[in-house]
Parts: sequence; structure tokens; C-alpha cells
Amino acid sequence: MLTAALRKEMLLQWRTRAQLMAVFVFGAAALLLFSFAVGPIAEMLRLFSAGFLWLGLLLSSTLTLAESYHAEMENRALEGLLLLPANPRSLYYGKAIANWIQLVILGMALVPVMVILYDAGTTRIFALFVVVALGAAGLSAPGTLYAAMTAQVRSRQTLLPLLLFPLIVPALLASVKATSLIILGDPMGQLKSWISLLIAFDAIYWSLCGLLFGRVVEE
Amino acid sequence: MTEVLMTPTRTKSSLGNAVATALLCVGVYFGLVVTLADQYLHADLSLGLPLAVRTLIAVFGGLIGAIIFLAGDDLGGSLSTVKLLATIAVAFLVLGTYFGLFVAPPEQFMGEVQRIMYVHVPTAWNALLAMTFAFACAIFYLFNGDWKWDALMEGSIEVGVILAFLLCCQGAIWAKPTWGVWWDWDPRLTTTAVLLFAFLGILALRKFVEDPVKRGVWSSVATIIAYADVPIVYFSVRWWNSLHQLQSNPNTVSKPFWIPLRANAFGILLLMTAFILLRARVSKLRLENELAPPPLLEAELGEAV
Repeated sequence: MLTAALRKEMLLQWRTRAQLMAVFVFGAAALLLFSFAVGPIAEMLRLFSAGFLWLGLLLSSTLTLAESYHAEMENRALEGLLLLPANPRSLYYGKAIANWIQLVILGMALVPVMVILYDAGTTRIFALFVVVALGAAGLSAPGTLYAAMTAQVRSRQTLLPLLLFPLIVPALLASVKATSLIILGDPMGQLKSWISLLIAFDAIYWSLCGLLFGRVVEE
Repeated sequence: MTEVLMTPTRTKSSLGNAVATALLCVGVYFGLVVTLADQYLHADLSLGLPLAVRTLIAVFGGLIGAIIFLAGDDLGGSLSTVKLLATIAVAFLVLGTYFGLFVAPPEQFMGEVQRIMYVHVPTAWNALLAMTFAFACAIFYLFNGDWKWDALMEGSIEVGVILAFLLCCQGAIWAKPTWGVWWDWDPRLTTTAVLLFAFLGILALRKFVEDPVKRGVWSSVATIIAYADVPIVYFSVRWWNSLHQLQSNPNTVSKPFWIPLRANAFGILLLMTAFILLRARVSKLRLENELAPPPLLEAELGEAV
């Protein structure tokens, strides 16, 4: 069931890959604009690079998340899906995993932009990938749930960030801190504790949102 | 639909109110009267109970009393409970303000600025209580779908948002003379700000959803998710940055400071209970109006045409 839902989502995303490309351009443009907030001071830019990367990814994520229910809203397809002998939970996890993969791709694609613009290179690529994957998971679990609500109401573009941003503060904080430690060096060995905070956040929201999703889409 | 909304539970409600009143009286007795008598009459009214037990009784008497008032109310038309609660609350607040401004001595290190604590700390306790009550209402609503919980949830989220906003303002006023900045990234202040925005988002969600059932379910889900975030935000910000002073307990706060603190705590608690009950009534009436709007009067009809 879950694999079928996931397959459907991945297929849809593959067919609308131009959209992901557009969101990437949006994120890269955001990273470019952030540098004007600090000015051309290379040292400062490098210091803030992790924060900028995650803010860029967060802003881009609201676009992809809000769009992720686009197909379900057309021709009342969501009701059709719910009529299938499938658990709504697998629909949720299928969509959440698909959104997660999309955000990880987006995040890893934004990393080179960050490296070039802010001179924030690192050799610990694998650690960076783990942090991006965990942070993106923290965005996608509650984001997918809230998008299911906001896709059905007026002014969804305003409502989704309004609900999502306060909620993901711990995930954002931990991701920025962990990314910063990877880029700027980690003399105190704090990286592990931030990664465990991210894992805890992900574990809580991936289970809680899956539990509650059934109530959100029920008629 | 209206019948479902107005299940008369008069006897249960009045029994609940009696229990709640008794609990609150016990709470006020051990929290405030004993201290007042000890301080000014030099009389020992503590019935031989140690301080820790008395504090616990005061806290839980007040808490459970308020919760029974809230949960036991049938949200009927009568406003006598609300009026009574608000009147007593104002009396407590007047007492607390008088003691806080004129009787309690200025603090040794922080001077007059410290007096804001008499409002700040009770506001913090009650804001957290309002949010916790909203969380409980959300769970009850998801489980049994009674509109009463939806109305109470809306009321307590709104009152909680106002208290959290006041809390941030008081925190800023406190931070400026103490730390030299309006805002400090301390875990409690930051958690309050995050909580404020999270619950404002839920109120916005409620405004945008027209279907009452969806509105109730969705805002319950959002409330549960936002509430689960509170401890995570607190600990993450604490790891991130910390400056706030440690929490106080009755052993670190000297007696003259107790009276305004506790009088205000009971005052805000009762005022909050009254406001939530009032707001929940408004929310219930709005819902009834949405489900079965009253027929237009002929005069209004003429104007409309």
C-alpha cells in the first residue's frame, strides 16, 4: 500500500520535474539575495552561510509542500483516493516520503550554491548529507499534514507558512547549528547532540502526524 | 443540531461548580490566607501542614478547581458563574497590586524593577495553563466530537494567545533594565514567542475554514501538534542560548513577596477562567447561528431589499 502510494507520488513528481527546477531557481535566488542583507563581507557571509541555506530551503519548501496536494484537489481526487481500500496513513506516508526526497534533492542542490556564494566549503560531505536529510524530514512530516489542510481552504499560500514556521523552530535551529558546525569546524564535538535533537524531532512528528492524518482527510 | 448543542446538564453542572468552588477555597486558604495570617497577625493557621504540602495543595486546588469550572460548564445562557468569577478575580488582583506596589519591599539586587515579577510570573503560569487546557479540549473533541470542547478550545486558545502576548511584552519590559536589551533569546521567552505564533496560526486557520466540522477537527489536530512542540522548543533553545534566571520556588522567595505573587496568580487564574467561559459561549452561539441562522425579521428584510 505504502509503496503504491509512494510510487504514485514519485511518478507525479517526475512528470512535473520542471516545477522542482523552478523551486530550485527560487531557492538559489533567495540565497543570492540573502548575501545583500550582510553585505560583501566574506567572513560574515561564511559565518551565516548555514542559516541562509536553511532559510532558503525553508522558503522553497513552502512552495513544494503547498503544491504537493495540487493533483488531489483537482476533480475531487482526494475523495476518490479515500474510497480505495487503502489506509489513509499509507497515503500520508507516501506523500511525506515523496516530499522528503524532493526536499533532500533541493537541499543538496542548494549546497553548491551556498559553497560558491559564501565560500563555505567542507570536506565532510556525508555528515552534511545526513543533516540535510534529517532537517528535510523535520520539514516534510508536519508540512505534509498542514498542506493537506491548507490545500482545501482559501489563501493557502499564507496559511501554510503561518502554521508551519513556528512549529519547525527546533528542527530549523538544530539543522542550522549542525550545518554551521560542519562548515566552521566543531572543536567541542557538539554535532552529535544537535543530530540527536533532529532525530528526536523527526521521530515525534513522523509518528504523531501519521496518527492524526486520518482525521484531517476524513469526510 | 441545536438539541445536540444544548444538552441540559443543570444538576451535574451545579455539583461540579460546588466542588470547584470548594477546591478553589482550599487552594486560596493554603496559598494566601495562611501566609497573610502568618505575616500580619502572627497566627499559625497552617493546621500543622509543612510548607511543601501547603504549596502543593494551593497549586492543585486552584488548578483543578479552575479546570472543573471550565470542563463542567454547559455553556448555557446564564452568566452568573462568569460574573462571580470575574468579580472575585478583580478583588484578588486589587489585593495583589496593592501588596505588590506598596507593601512588599523592593528587591535587594534588582530594586523596583523586580515588582513586574508579581504580574509576570502569574501570567506565565496561567498562559501555560490555558494552552494546556486547549490541548486537553482538542483531545476530547477528537475523541467524542462534542461541540462544547470545540467552543472551549477556541476560548482557551484565544485567552492563551492574549496571555502569551502579555507575557512577551512583560518579558521585554523586564529585560530592558535588567539585561540592557528588549529581547533576549532565553528559552522561556523564546518558547512563549514561538507558542504565541503557533496558536495565532491556529486561530487564523479557524477563520479560514467554513465547514464547522472540518474547522473543529483541523484546529484540534493543529493544537495537538503545536502543543507537542513546546518542550522541544524549550530544550532546543536552552541548548542554543541561555541567560534567564533560574526558576524560583517557595524556598528561594521570601515571604513578603509571596502575597502579591499568589494573590495575582489566583486573580489571573479566575479572570482567565471567566474569560474562557465567556468566549466559549460566544463561540457556541456563533456556531449555532452558522448551523441554523435565525430567520430574518421583516424590518431587516425590508432594509436588505
